[in-house]
Amino acid sequence: MKVKLHVWRQNGPNDKGTMETYEVPNVSSDQSFLEMLDDVNLALAKDGRDVIAFDHDCREGICGMCSQVINGVPHGGQERTTVCQLHMREFEDGAEIFVEPWKARAFPVIKDLVVDRGALEKIMQAGGYTSCHTGGVADGNALPIGKDIADYSMDAAECIGCGACVASCPNSSAMLYTGAKVAQLAVLPQGKVEAHKRVMAMTEAAKEQGFGNCTNHYECQASCPKGVNVKFIAKLNREYMKALCK
Amino acid sequence: MQLTQSSVGRKIIMAVTGIVLVAFVCVHLLGNSSVFVGANAINAYAEKLHSLGPFVWVFRLVMLAAFAIHIIFGIQLTLENRAATPERNVQIKRLKTGFGAETMIVSGLVLLAFVIYHLLHFTVRVTNPDIYVPLGDQGMVDVYVMVVKGFKSALPVILYLVGMSFLFLHVSHGFQSLFQTLGLSNDKSLPVMETVSKLVGVVLLVGYISIPLLVVFGLIKI
Repeated sequence: MKVKLHVWRQNGPNDKGTMETYEVPNVSSDQSFLEMLDDVNLALAKDGRDVIAFDHDCREGICGMCSQVINGVPHGGQERTTVCQLHMREFEDGAEIFVEPWKARAFPVIKDLVVDRGALEKIMQAGGYTSCHTGGVADGNALPIGKDIADYSMDAAECIGCGACVASCPNSSAMLYTGAKVAQLAVLPQGKVEAHKRVMAMTEAAKEQGFGNCTNHYECQASCPKGVNVKFIAKLNREYMKALCK
Repeated sequence: MQLTQSSVGRKIIMAVTGIVLVAFVCVHLLGNSSVFVGANAINAYAEKLHSLGPFVWVFRLVMLAAFAIHIIFGIQLTLENRAATPERNVQIKRLKTGFGAETMIVSGLVLLAFVIYHLLHFTVRVTNPDIYVPLGDQGMVDVYVMVVKGFKSALPVILYLVGMSFLFLHVSHGFQSLFQTLGLSNDKSLPVMETVSKLVGVVLLVGYISIPLLVVFGLIKI
């Protein structure tokens, strides 16, 4: 099959950026989207042209590095799928495909499709941890945690920090990311101790980093490659109100 | 400070003032529905309200405060949210959100304009001086006659239809949104509340526009 790519090219954070078009012949329907981009880059390199910069790492859908808005949807719109797990068979022969970076004030473009997602790390640094002495490894069942609570926490911990929630949000809000991190720890005994401080610090950090405010569009959940649920934003809101009353 | 400046705090303020406003439009619709019973019913209702004296003004001040706070924070949050995405993607495809949710600021500002018009029309009584007929000697106005005459010309009817359509849009997103904001939603209740939210919007729309429409079609008449 063949496809026509419209790719966002931007040479650094201060460059204006523009869409460039590439005709891609001989695409295998078994290729992943990133493998197709690899082929495009090989051809560009052969011609001595600047290759398309894009983020990737594990290519197994778990690292959260790949970050492309494809045809207007972060990760391409296939349910619970990262770009690296998106395959060319999802596209029709001759399809025109738009490939763009995450666009948000908090995610400055480094080059082409690569953005700086350090702002998410700043939110984590503000409170996404528990302060405890790590001695020897504790016995597995020394601290009993109910299965339902463990499952709830693990569902929130599925977040891979890719930033699709921000990219899909009309407000560029990072509330699903923050909510998942807050909820994941708030229900566990280790995390409860600092729960009040955490929710205040992490939501404040999100604001400081330039993310927008959540207005309940729920686009984040729809585009999340791990299907992280917006119930964790409701949980964050509950935690926030508890902290306010403290 | 936290409450009025933080991201989640202001969202909670929007939700709480939203409850006050949505409760008001529901109660106001119930009061209005006395027009279906007849002239005596709605005039008795109006007289009862006026007899409350200072409480009316306390109530009005609370409503004004909730309305003003909701608008001020709504505008502030919208401006911040727009600034958070200085440049948008060339292609944008939304998967979940809807027209109502994406146009909250527009529907909100239209509703502000509508409320001003509505107050001038029926409360301050300046837009249509010919529709006010005195009732009794207590300085009361015949509300039934005012409503019927008030919807005899096309412009007010159109403005009310437009205003209430935007109320539907605003409430259809806002009602379920306040439950999520106040942490009262979970994965099971949220889809239900989204449907309930649209239903509340439809009930308010149909309830409110039925009055001018029934006047137009001659079913409510003097």
